Amino acid sequence: MFSIALKMLFHDRAKYMGLVLGVAFSTLLINQQLGIFIGLITRAGAVIVDVPQADVWVMDPGVKNLDTIFPLRDTELGRVRGVPGVAWAVPLYKSNVTIRTGNGELESSLLMGVDDSTLIGLPPEVVLGNIDDLRRPDAVAVSMDGYRKIWRNEPLKLGNIAELNDRRAVVVAIVKDSPKFTSSITFFTRYSQALQYTNNGRNQMSFIVARSAEDSTPAEVAQNIVARTGLQAMSAEDFRWKAIMYVVQNTGIPISIGTVVALGVLVGIAVVGLMFNLFVLENLKQFAVLKAIGTTNIRLIGMVFLQAAVVGFVGFSLGLFGATMFFETAGKSPTFQGFYLPWYVAAASGGVAAAIIILAAMIAMRRVLFVDPAIVFRG
Amino acid sequence: MPMEFAVECKGVIKDFGTGSVRQRVLHGIDWQVPIGATTFLVGPSGCGKTTLISIIAGLLSATEGYVRILDQEITKMRRSRVVRFRADHLGYIFQQFNLLPSLTAVENAAVSLVVQGVTLATAKRQASVLLDRLGMESNKLKYPNQLSGGQQQRVAIARALVHNPKIVISDEPTASLDAETGHEVMELLGQVASGADRAVIVVTHDNRIFPFADYIATMSDGRIESFRKNSA
Repeated sequence: MFSIALKMLFHDRAKYMGLVLGVAFSTLLINQQLGIFIGLITRAGAVIVDVPQADVWVMDPGVKNLDTIFPLRDTELGRVRGVPGVAWAVPLYKSNVTIRTGNGELESSLLMGVDDSTLIGLPPEVVLGNIDDLRRPDAVAVSMDGYRKIWRNEPLKLGNIAELNDRRAVVVAIVKDSPKFTSSITFFTRYSQALQYTNNGRNQMSFIVARSAEDSTPAEVAQNIVARTGLQAMSAEDFRWKAIMYVVQNTGIPISIGTVVALGVLVGIAVVGLMFNLFVLENLKQFAVLKAIGTTNIRLIGMVFLQAAVVGFVGFSLGLFGATMFFETAGKSPTFQGFYLPWYVAAASGGVAAAIIILAAMIAMRRVLFVDPAIVFRG
Repeated sequence: MPMEFAVECKGVIKDFGTGSVRQRVLHGIDWQVPIGATTFLVGPSGCGKTTLISIIAGLLSATEGYVRILDQEITKMRRSRVVRFRADHLGYIFQQFNLLPSLTAVENAAVSLVVQGVTLATAKRQASVLLDRLGMESNKLKYPNQLSGGQQQRVAIARALVHNPKIVISDEPTASLDAETGHEVMELLGQVASGADRAVIVVTHDNRIFPFADYIATMSDGRIESFRKNSA
């Protein structure tokens, strides 16, 4: 009977394609939008991810995200270093600077000042250059995406000179950092050098980044720091989530993307539900014939579910392939770095596709179950 | 003791609707369909022929009375048992052929066996032999929309007979056919379906095929008015 069910399904190619495309469109939309959403909100914590050596972040008690910062006094560094469970602690500077590109245009860029002696705070992946050269005067490292934006069409090379707030900066290294929420250009330099670029004096630490000792957890160390210094401290993971949740709660991104995803699901349900219902309705007399001949209701249900399952599987596969191709193709653009299709989004969209198809099958199945086989004797 | 009747109806009443809109379509039908014969059920439109054969076929339930088919009281069977009984013992030929448009002629003819649980490949082999007997050798792989009315009806006959049913119920089998094809179809039906332990019930308006009947029952206004051996 199942081969007959499949022949019935494939016979009306237009309707079959319509059903498959309905599921595929819905799957594509859900995956594409949720992938972008995950990519966007992940950028909110990119600065934290780029300092993998530190597992505790310390900041002013009023700080709610990575962009609104109140500087700490230099003396706080010593106090944090004295808290039990802290293996080491270093300063981290973060500020926005204006740079002039090669063709004279102004761009906003992120300036990160890392610890002078250890250089902790630099992204681990160096694309070109020697990171120790950062100790030279006016030396900076630049993010790869930033380099491509400033020195368009130029091959990657060292020695280029940029103006940060009208001060000379020499590129001695090119690094691969995580895509940021606000700017794709990031410069890294020593903490002391960063203060010169921004004309600031003492007491300018944006954050203190620390490492918990082997016998302590980051959460315990953070609690100790709060208790002993009165500053705000949390584990790197907690801070990353705080930064992400700030974006979620204070921007229209979730509502905007959520609306598109909801529309994708609704369109999927409406299109697939209606078309599958129409498909069954048009084949109702065939089901009645099969019923009259002696096909049991269980077998008819099996036939309808098989038809729905095939539509769901083919449609979902097509939609997922489309979404994967989108991220694969668009991901090659520098401005689209960091966007990807997480496995759990694909799995969730599979669940949604299954729900759409089960709902459509259940609606259509009622007609099959209640069709009067005696209609076959009516003209 | 051998069966005398293929079908036996006793006091069969059928009402449609309830309360003030209730309409009685069959008024206590008493009728015995002989075995080993072709019986025609005739009468004007709306007299209840289709309702009666739907009840005999187990597709409708009677409001009152009983129907025995092949010595089994179908009106007392559970629904699932009726469905199984239909698949095993009954074959149907419909006025509109009701072939599945997505299946080829041989696949359509095989459906009754597939419903019984036979694999499609095996069913197609058996159906193919029957279609050959019905003169459809060169059309077995065609779809219904590629067949003439007469060819479609042959496929429908093959579907009704492929599982070797004891009773074939046929509703206006020649209504959509010209006189010549209609005669051909009735001859084929007579050859293939008739047998000492079988019965064919044909509902028809078509008096051109009356010579093919062994018995003729005439219905009027929900009642069997006459039942006689055909002398034509």
